[in-house]
Amino acid sequence: MEKGQINNLIQELSAQCPDLGSLQSFAGAGSNVLHGNDILQNRRRKLCASLEEAIQRTGLEDGMTISFHHAFREGDKVINMVMGTLARLGFRNLTLASSSLLNTNAPLIEHIKNGVITKIYTSGLRGKLADAISHGLMDTPVHIHSHGGRVHLLQTGEIKIDVAFLAVSSSDVFGNANGTRGRSPCGSLGYAKVDAGYARQVVLLTDEIVAFPNTPISISQDRVDCVVKIDEVGDVSQISQGAARTTHDPRELLIARSAADVVEFSGYFKQGFSLQTGSGGSSIAATRFLEKKMISNGITARFALGGITSSIVELHEKGLIDVLVDTQSFDSVAAESLGKSVKHLEVSTNEYANPSSKGAFCDQLDVAILSALEIDTGFNVNVITGSNGMIRGASGGHCDVAAAACLTIVVAPLIRCRIPTVVKRVTTLVTPGESIDVLVTDHGIAVNPARPELDARLREAGLQVMTIEELYNRAVSLSGVSEPIQFTDRIVGVIRYRDGSVIDVVRQVKGCLP
Amino acid sequence: MKLRRSMLFLPGSKAAMLSTAFVYKPDCVMFDLEDAVSLREKDSARLMVFHILRTDAYKGIETVVRINPLNTPYGLKDLEAAIRAGADAVRLPKTDCANDIHELDAEVARIEMECGCPIGRTKLLAAIESASGVINAVSIATASKRMIGIALAGFDYVIDMQSQRGDGAKPELFYARCAVLHAARAAGIDAFDVVYSDINDDAGFLKEVELIRHLGFNGKSLIHPRQIELLHNAYAPTEKEVSYSRRVIEAAAKAEKEGVGVIALDGKMIDAPIVSQAQRVLQRAEASGIRR
Repeated sequence: MEKGQINNLIQELSAQCPDLGSLQSFAGAGSNVLHGNDILQNRRRKLCASLEEAIQRTGLEDGMTISFHHAFREGDKVINMVMGTLARLGFRNLTLASSSLLNTNAPLIEHIKNGVITKIYTSGLRGKLADAISHGLMDTPVHIHSHGGRVHLLQTGEIKIDVAFLAVSSSDVFGNANGTRGRSPCGSLGYAKVDAGYARQVVLLTDEIVAFPNTPISISQDRVDCVVKIDEVGDVSQISQGAARTTHDPRELLIARSAADVVEFSGYFKQGFSLQTGSGGSSIAATRFLEKKMISNGITARFALGGITSSIVELHEKGLIDVLVDTQSFDSVAAESLGKSVKHLEVSTNEYANPSSKGAFCDQLDVAILSALEIDTGFNVNVITGSNGMIRGASGGHCDVAAAACLTIVVAPLIRCRIPTVVKRVTTLVTPGESIDVLVTDHGIAVNPARPELDARLREAGLQVMTIEELYNRAVSLSGVSEPIQFTDRIVGVIRYRDGSVIDVVRQVKGCLP
Repeated sequence: MKLRRSMLFLPGSKAAMLSTAFVYKPDCVMFDLEDAVSLREKDSARLMVFHILRTDAYKGIETVVRINPLNTPYGLKDLEAAIRAGADAVRLPKTDCANDIHELDAEVARIEMECGCPIGRTKLLAAIESASGVINAVSIATASKRMIGIALAGFDYVIDMQSQRGDGAKPELFYARCAVLHAARAAGIDAFDVVYSDINDDAGFLKEVELIRHLGFNGKSLIHPRQIELLHNAYAPTEKEVSYSRRVIEAAAKAEKEGVGVIALDGKMIDAPIVSQAQRVLQRAEASGIRR
């Protein structure tokens, strides 16, 4: 049909349906395609020869927002490398929205000093970067959000990712990617899946390009703009560094055993229950004690949620936990399990814990065992700042899971290195006390007065239940009252609750960096 | 029922351990001023142990101080500190004969009198670490009214015997264990077995515990808090033992009520020692719970 004939048809149609608006006439199969007409060339069009080429293709400009994920944790090789390249290319005034930042990200200090990064959103900060920020490195306070809360901020538009740089262990040339294949499997891409969904431009970085189509598809080709092959995305042996460790510390084992006792007598230890354990030594060890109780009581769990560790995988493989719901794999055993078990599911942080998601797994959770740096006599928890007032932790899924689970147990030693963990008022409020049900320490157990029925059950079972004030007094009798931390008036961090609201701030510590 | 299953060793020089170890709830804690403390830390360790004893941190746990031998420059100072701080007992290392206890007893009585505490309050434990000590175990066990127990120390003993320490199932300690145990029972005091030093070998530890429990030891010296729970559980009576003991007591009560001289249970005659044993099992279950 000639172009004129089609135009006549459109005119006729418009006369009949005046509300139809402007319509375009057909002008050939290749006239409107986004990517040119060379079919074979098109198949490889996302593959970039270098990171620089990918950056140039994304249209990244000064003042924009970039994002990363932290599934490789301390073994990550991408965040520092990409930031170094951006600095070299002369980018300035960027907002860094990484799902979290760890000890390995100390090189970012220079990029902040040089004005490459001027604003940060993250779940956590550790090491030298955290020390420097605590001492006032940045003009703009860092926003610290939970894993679920980060997705909420993306949905509300407060965080608008212009370019997401996502490390994956394998991808095909078209951007179908996962974290289970390749030579550096990190496991779940729970954080990356979200960024791939929200970013305007998505760049995948991988050390393994596999044949099309790559399976399983954790990040789909229809969300990916560029694929870059690099030498190494991450050192998987460092993923479990500082997070998932098997403890032999008698004190952590004592706390873990008590936590398992609390679960057993809480009323929630029933056939088909669900659980999440945090990444601390005691919470991981608690699964070992729970295993014995599950076997002797003939109880199996329906699912385990969260950061998945090898100890949880072990229970899954023994048939004690049916389904693993994994937003982050905490070690290589978990990553391997995700690749081979059909009942080990990979979920995004939106599905994991976003309070404004249409359905978050944490909303179905029975029991959570979480850690704390400090907990106060109102059961409020701090997982961000240490006893010297400096940032040294991560919000993670703490407030998300605590808010949602039927039973939230916090495990912590009463005293760490002469400094009480149970205090009158936490240095930084991350998870409100209303979300915490039980505190388990090496000196005893305290139940939130809001849960009198739980208190009664645990006392009836003969557990060593005390009031949290008694625990506080015990701590003070052993260590004395600590001198208050000296802060300046300047705010260096904003703690965002999972719904985006501000729950506390972190102030600059007095004095200079050592 | 006073249980002395676990005696946890704590080096007197380790402040972090002294300030926290009570959370593991051993039956007895032994603050060590002897072998675990280097010469240059003898004074500071003694001071730390003195101060921790004066707090109520170890309330409910029997406190024992292992002093240096009295013939060293530290022994008497250790003894002064332990008694004045109110330790429940003093453990004398390398006890070879009754005279070692007589000397110690006299010094303890002198210090108690000087500091105005009731004479006889401080109890004594003797550690037997040599062939002589084993040979003299009965006279050592009966050397003082203050004596509450004797403990076998395996490492020095096997060296003295020109033997070597095995995996717990070897016979190198067989005679010494039996001798010490008989002495303790003859004197009416408690007996403690040697430490098990491989803290990562739970199976080996439990095998040794099973052996000494069957022999009749009250408990064991321990060097790691992780071993406490394992030991206590192994010493707890089983559900089967408890239910049988209950039936024995019920049968005895019924026989007494009915004025029957002979007690029978399941067609078997129950005599007085079996009733006493059943009472002990129930008392132990009450104090320590049932084995898991």
